[in-house]
Amino acid sequence: MPRLSIWFVRASFIHLFLGLTFGGLILANKGIPFAPWAWNLFPAHMETLLLGWMVQLAMGISFWILPRFRSGPRRGNMNTIRAAVVLLNTGVVMVAIQSFTDVTWLVLTGRILETSAILLFIMASWRRVKPLEI
Amino acid sequence: MPLLTRTFIKTAMVYFVLALSLGILLTLGVPNSFFPIYIHLLVFGWLTQLIFGVIYWMFPKYSKELPRGHDVLSWIVYWTLNIGLILRAIAEPQQSSQAGNLFGVLLVASAVLQWLAGLVFITNTWQRVKEK
Repeated sequence: MPRLSIWFVRASFIHLFLGLTFGGLILANKGIPFAPWAWNLFPAHMETLLLGWMVQLAMGISFWILPRFRSGPRRGNMNTIRAAVVLLNTGVVMVAIQSFTDVTWLVLTGRILETSAILLFIMASWRRVKPLEI
Repeated sequence: MPLLTRTFIKTAMVYFVLALSLGILLTLGVPNSFFPIYIHLLVFGWLTQLIFGVIYWMFPKYSKELPRGHDVLSWIVYWTLNIGLILRAIAEPQQSSQAGNLFGVLLVASAVLQWLAGLVFITNTWQRVKEK
């Protein structure tokens, strides 16, 4: 597994843990109300599990297993992928933090970062979606 | 494909069918209190469980002696995930319509079990996220 996939996958595991913790608190509070603030965790629960866990894991595994190039950098432009990891995680954290603050621009900025991360990842991976022999 | 992976994937497929069937029932007028069950059967029962099973199978080996980490822990993940999810599917709609001690406690147990499944999975898999 290449180094950048390790970053993606380990970060996705951290988001999985956070997302399950938020979800667990929300669900437990439905059973026995003990934390009136628990519902405020819902946006963070969604963001960490959908983007932070599932999408990020898929990106990490794609970077690992998509066909490699025969010449030049075998997995394409590493700097672009590095930027995608950083932007995606910053974006998810910004959107998730919105649950705990009143800073309204965090969600918009976070979503722009997430979208930029996905665009960079697609740009860097596009030509790797190819037959093996090319 | 190891037994645990086959078990994860086949169980995930059962949840997939259950979730889609519940989706049909929701459009036919089943109360909306079942909507969170529908979403979690899909996302946790189907997708996440499928991912857990495939990761257990395909990720780099932990060691020569324990190629896939500690199997006991992986089985604990399987059972806590599934018992937790089933408890939720039983207790959440009941708790929505008539909140009571029993279903409330079952929901808390379900939350703890599902959280444990994730924690044990991450703990047992972390060292397998490596270059070779």
